Amino acid sequence: MSTLLDISHIDMVFDTPKGPFTAFKGVDLKIAKGEFVSLIGHSGCGKSTVLNIVAGLLQASSGGVILNGREVSEPGPDRAVVFQNHSLLSWLTAYQNVELAVKQVFGRSKNKAETKEWIEHNLQLVHMDHAMHKRPDEISGGMKQRVGIARALAMQPEILLMDEPFGALDALTRAHMQDSLMEIQQELNNTVIMITHDVDEAVLLSDRIVMMSNGPAATVGEILEINLERPRDRLELAQDPEYTRLRSEVLKFLYEKQRKVEPIVKPRTRKKVKESRQHEAA
Amino acid sequence: MTDATVVSQSVHGEQNKLSPLSFLSRLSEKIAVNPGKVFSTVLMPIIGIVVFLLIWSGAARNIDTSLGKFPGPVVVWEQFGSLYQEHVTEREKAEAFYERQEKRNAARVAKDPDYVPKIWAYTGKETFLDQIATSLVTVMSGFMLAALIAIPLGIVIGLNKTLNAAVNPIIQIFKPVSPLAWLPLVTMVVSALYISPDPLVAKSFLNSMITVMLCCLWPMVINTSVGVYSLDSDLVNVSRVLRLPALKHVQKIVLPASVPMIFTGMRLSLGVAWMVLIAAEMLAQNPGLGKFVWDEFQNGSSNSLARIMVAVIVIGVIGFGLDRTMLQIQRFVSWDKSKVSH
Repeated sequence: MSTLLDISHIDMVFDTPKGPFTAFKGVDLKIAKGEFVSLIGHSGCGKSTVLNIVAGLLQASSGGVILNGREVSEPGPDRAVVFQNHSLLSWLTAYQNVELAVKQVFGRSKNKAETKEWIEHNLQLVHMDHAMHKRPDEISGGMKQRVGIARALAMQPEILLMDEPFGALDALTRAHMQDSLMEIQQELNNTVIMITHDVDEAVLLSDRIVMMSNGPAATVGEILEINLERPRDRLELAQDPEYTRLRSEVLKFLYEKQRKVEPIVKPRTRKKVKESRQHEAA
Repeated sequence: MTDATVVSQSVHGEQNKLSPLSFLSRLSEKIAVNPGKVFSTVLMPIIGIVVFLLIWSGAARNIDTSLGKFPGPVVVWEQFGSLYQEHVTEREKAEAFYERQEKRNAARVAKDPDYVPKIWAYTGKETFLDQIATSLVTVMSGFMLAALIAIPLGIVIGLNKTLNAAVNPIIQIFKPVSPLAWLPLVTMVVSALYISPDPLVAKSFLNSMITVMLCCLWPMVINTSVGVYSLDSDLVNVSRVLRLPALKHVQKIVLPASVPMIFTGMRLSLGVAWMVLIAAEMLAQNPGLGKFVWDEFQNGSSNSLARIMVAVIVIGVIGFGLDRTMLQIQRFVSWDKSKVSH
């Protein structure tokens, strides 16, 4: 399999009042077309930053990302992002949210009928066709995330980037969404990078799990190949010794080799930072 | 939102759709279903008003001024009638004037076909109703003009931190200035710059309107810029991933996201504008409600105080109406209904 995405020796150094802070160093990763890769690691290891660099939303301090032989320098619809908290436009319906993306990406290359069909097709794919004319505040959290995924899929990205897409959902909805995602993946065979905190989710969905060591100066610790047969079924896998082995590999990495030294003090999450920013503005 | 407001909202909604009769029957049904709520939303305000009127008339009887006794509710009510009557009489006079003029012109043209008839405008004094209209036009023009300047400015400031740093001190200094302090300056500048042999609008109108605009500007600029500034960073990222051009980014994401804040600013502005307008009209002699109050005060007839009291009540009612109208518009355009409050 040929390499679609090459994350090549990227370092990230942030300037802080206390001097430069190295979030991660020498992260190297090659991803083939059609591969589903999970990034897992403790909070603060720079997973999200890696994803944002691939998305082009952040620039690496050194090193670079090459997609299809071209260096990534800015965000673009070929690297669609599914954000953790849906990030739909609240004043638009599900349909209109997808429409904004489709019109922007395909513009004049699709006519009116084709545009409509493509939007509806993508909403069907995530099983949201029954509620496509509802606004985000009228649908549940899981449904919002489905629309977010539909919007990303509708851009027909080279690679789909998911930043803890199901992190804000309850366990049952999350399981349901994982099944849906596997179903879609079976059909479209997208290339995906997903950030997750959930060990089961990582093993269930991925072809490879990239485990990151703790920051500061985090890096890729181990890479675990998941050779479980597809389509995967969570009930059957629960009995599967191979699944159990892979799962315990990840757990061992996270809780033995990379045990967080200071687990009591929670780092400020992105959401909190955003909230405090809004307070300052007000 | 409290339960009481939900009820009043649904009552309003039905009022639009149903005839008054069926509305009344609905209302009586509501009374039957929930007497407690009707007590608090209908009965208590009525009791409040009645008590106020009693205190007012009691106090009025005991206040002697150089223009006679302070007017009680009954006298003021009579003045409502007489002010309306004056309006009707004045309109009749105007009509009669135009009729006479037309007849005279027709007669002259019949005598001399070369004669080009002149139409003279009626120059009677403005009635109370005319003055209300003038005030409304003035405040709305000032308000609109402010919105046209403030909203784009607020968006630009909200988007650009550097510019915000430059403009913010100016806003912070001018915001607490009473717009009336500006009035003399505005008057002089308008007199100097607005020179036209055939002016489209009166100078006094311009002076009042610009003063109103100056006081509308700041709440709108500040609220718009805060609304734009506090835009969810995820939405900005969505826009970046989609590579939306700058103008489309503003149109599709920034503007709708800040609509609730923009309208909060507009509502604040309109409230302040209406208060300031009356004072501005007094000083600028713009023929609106402010001038009416001032003229009555200068006039000093035995009816003057009652007539001023009429104006006070009308000013209050219109101010309330303007605020409610803005609230309805805000409800209509706002996607985030939870942020629209009283």
